[in-house]
Amino acid sequence: MADAGRPSRFEIVAREDFSNVTFLLEIFHPLMAKAAKAGQFVIVMEREHGERIPLTIADFDRHTGTITLVIQAVGKTTRAMQQNCQPGTCLHAMVGPMGIPSHIGHAKKVMCVGGGLGVAPIYPQARAYKESGAYVIGIVGFRSRELMFWEQRFRACCDELIVCTDDGSAGIKGLVTEGIRQAVATHSDIDECVAIGPPIMMQGCAEATRPFGIKTVVSLNPVMVDGTGMCGGCRVKVGERVMFACVDGPDFDGHLVDFEDLMFRLKRYNESERAASVRFQDSCRMRDPVNDASADPPTQ
Amino acid sequence: MASKKKTIRTIPQQRTPPRERDPKVRARNFEEVNCGYRLEDALREADRCLLCPEQPCVNGCPVSIDIPGFIQRISAKNFRGAYDVITDTNLLPAVCGRVCPQETQCEGVCTVGESLEPVAIGRLERFIGDLAITEGWANIPYMEPSGFKVGIVGSGPAGMACAADMAKAGCDVTVFEAFHQAGGVLKYGIPDFRLPNSVVDGEIDKLVRLGIKFECNTLVGRLFTIEQMISEMGFHAVFIGTGAGYPSFMGIPGESLNGVLSANELLTRCNLMHAREFPSYDTPLQPGRQVAVIGAGNTAMDAMRVCLRLGADKVHCIYRRSGAEAPARAEEIHHAAEEGIEFHWLTSPVEILDDGKRGVRGLRCVRMELGEPDQSGRPRPVQVPGSDFEFETDMVVFAIGTNANPIIGQTTQLKLDRRGYIATDDDLATSIAGVFAGGDIVTGAATVIEAMGAGRRAARSMKAYLGLRDTDVVYRDDAGGARPRLFGIDLDEHDFALLRLPRATGASAPESPASAGT
Repeated sequence: MADAGRPSRFEIVAREDFSNVTFLLEIFHPLMAKAAKAGQFVIVMEREHGERIPLTIADFDRHTGTITLVIQAVGKTTRAMQQNCQPGTCLHAMVGPMGIPSHIGHAKKVMCVGGGLGVAPIYPQARAYKESGAYVIGIVGFRSRELMFWEQRFRACCDELIVCTDDGSAGIKGLVTEGIRQAVATHSDIDECVAIGPPIMMQGCAEATRPFGIKTVVSLNPVMVDGTGMCGGCRVKVGERVMFACVDGPDFDGHLVDFEDLMFRLKRYNESERAASVRFQDSCRMRDPVNDASADPPTQ
Repeated sequence: MASKKKTIRTIPQQRTPPRERDPKVRARNFEEVNCGYRLEDALREADRCLLCPEQPCVNGCPVSIDIPGFIQRISAKNFRGAYDVITDTNLLPAVCGRVCPQETQCEGVCTVGESLEPVAIGRLERFIGDLAITEGWANIPYMEPSGFKVGIVGSGPAGMACAADMAKAGCDVTVFEAFHQAGGVLKYGIPDFRLPNSVVDGEIDKLVRLGIKFECNTLVGRLFTIEQMISEMGFHAVFIGTGAGYPSFMGIPGESLNGVLSANELLTRCNLMHAREFPSYDTPLQPGRQVAVIGAGNTAMDAMRVCLRLGADKVHCIYRRSGAEAPARAEEIHHAAEEGIEFHWLTSPVEILDDGKRGVRGLRCVRMELGEPDQSGRPRPVQVPGSDFEFETDMVVFAIGTNANPIIGQTTQLKLDRRGYIATDDDLATSIAGVFAGGDIVTGAATVIEAMGAGRRAARSMKAYLGLRDTDVVYRDDAGGARPRLFGIDLDEHDFALLRLPRATGASAPESPASAGT
């Protein structure tokens, strides 16, 4: 009766593991693949008793009718997904595409910056800019070479690609802000910067571009329940205004976002989340025990 | 039995109280508070109806239920008959009997109420609704497929009411819902102790039996637009009932502290996502010990009583006007007070205080006094200078109303009014041909029954637009009386031909035959 007449079938058709914490799922949903645009997100439920978590759409394929999500197993839900989501299985729910699509304007030269998990959702943006005829500088950051993914995909749609790793095992050593500095030094005519990743990284990017007055768009992913503007849990401070990331965003002007506020609000449910993670770890023997008991909520 | 003339002196003088759970026990669990009437209670209360010829209650009801008609049948122990009378106009008696503000509608104008307490119409309606669910009654009329395909956006009360009417008119109806479960505010908003989700599912099940399809996990506007529904997906008409879900905050300092949330978030986490059963359900909800809820509407009452049940030590209600102006149903305020909610009337918050760890330490408030009436007719609250005071709280919940949900507005060319609600004409038609809208997304936040009334009104316009025979607009020879019916069709009616009426003619039909009949 829960779904009143509709069997929830959101079938996983492919999976790829990038590392012991990061994995990719392709979910069959032709209607959504047709509607999705760069910068939008979905809300998924892994199981009937699960929570609703927002995930940015990393890619969509209108021909095969699939939506691609890249997920990092950091909390209870994402770890359960890592364990249970195999090709042939189904998600309990997936709704979207949500949020206002990114505005792909007439910028002639753009930087597309992705850090960690943000590398996946920056890809459709880089591709969209390329299709609109812009000169695209891709800047992607990882902790180390082993965690890298999609390098070839980026090379195919970027005119320049700067890879940054924390330990220098691939590309330049340093954070993505180092990459931004390099790009800005060689190109004086960058119109726009799009940055997606953890809040601290997006804040760094916004600060790196601020002195040059480069318009910087960031994609926020705060704690959400419904994703349709109904709960207000995702409210963020942008300049003087309070906005709901789910319906007023998720893209905002990085120079106006109050990142401190965002980072504190992301910790709202830390205690419950930690308790759930511990219980999850105790209750099931994981195939690849994840030591990285990160305190982040399961919202990328 | 009913033939004997009843007078105000011969009827039972006292209103029959429903069985209610003990406030001390119930304030700690989610069991339904009001257990409803037993058979003997219902018969006794039905006996209090004078069956007066004026029938003011019918006019007081937003969907004009033939109230004396169904009460008369309860007295005659013809419960199925009573159910048939109610479902002529109202599809969800079990829901409406529980959540309608009867004191301002049918019961507010009841003739008995002029000298005694009014007849408990809502409780009688609920009695019949619950009986129908346990007995598995459903009125499935004979439906001739009309060949029209109708899309309903939003599965709340407005959408459900419109869907049912269109299905009965033979349309192929699909209801789209963004959440993973159908029911809208009845599911995510109204808590189980007031309206159990099983009752909502029972009512939805009846709609499924009418042939209505529910498509959950579908965000209309983003997955496909209203325009696409008409132009590409083959819908002949569309009804939008997406509600006014965008919660308001006050804009006072400290609102972004952890521990401050909207009533919508609290209720959704608790009701729809079952946060109260964490960790068996995954959705968390931080518990408050000392909770302050801002507002005194039904949502505020629900939020307060949910907090109590989640284990709060003390729950405060902060409202800037006095108790007399509180918009909640009388029964809800009464129940909340019984359960130990502390009311702070004429109090308005000015700042939420930080505990140094981005949590809530307290609330700074000012005293208010009532001034001149404002546009809404209620006295305008004015701050008393220098009356600041602080009180301790670790969780603040805002229940001060909602605004229009922006998604449909963002994704269509529909004309909106200046506040972002969908602009409609008197027949609830929007600026796009074939698209109708009703409920909170047109009027702003209101009640469940008003949304259902709007859904039915939109269905009437939609039928006129599609050229479908409107079962409400038929010949009636005299006032009241039992009308012979066969398969849901009035036997006095002879013309079954399908006509495509010009819109204006169809829509100017009388509001309701029941009210016209008196």
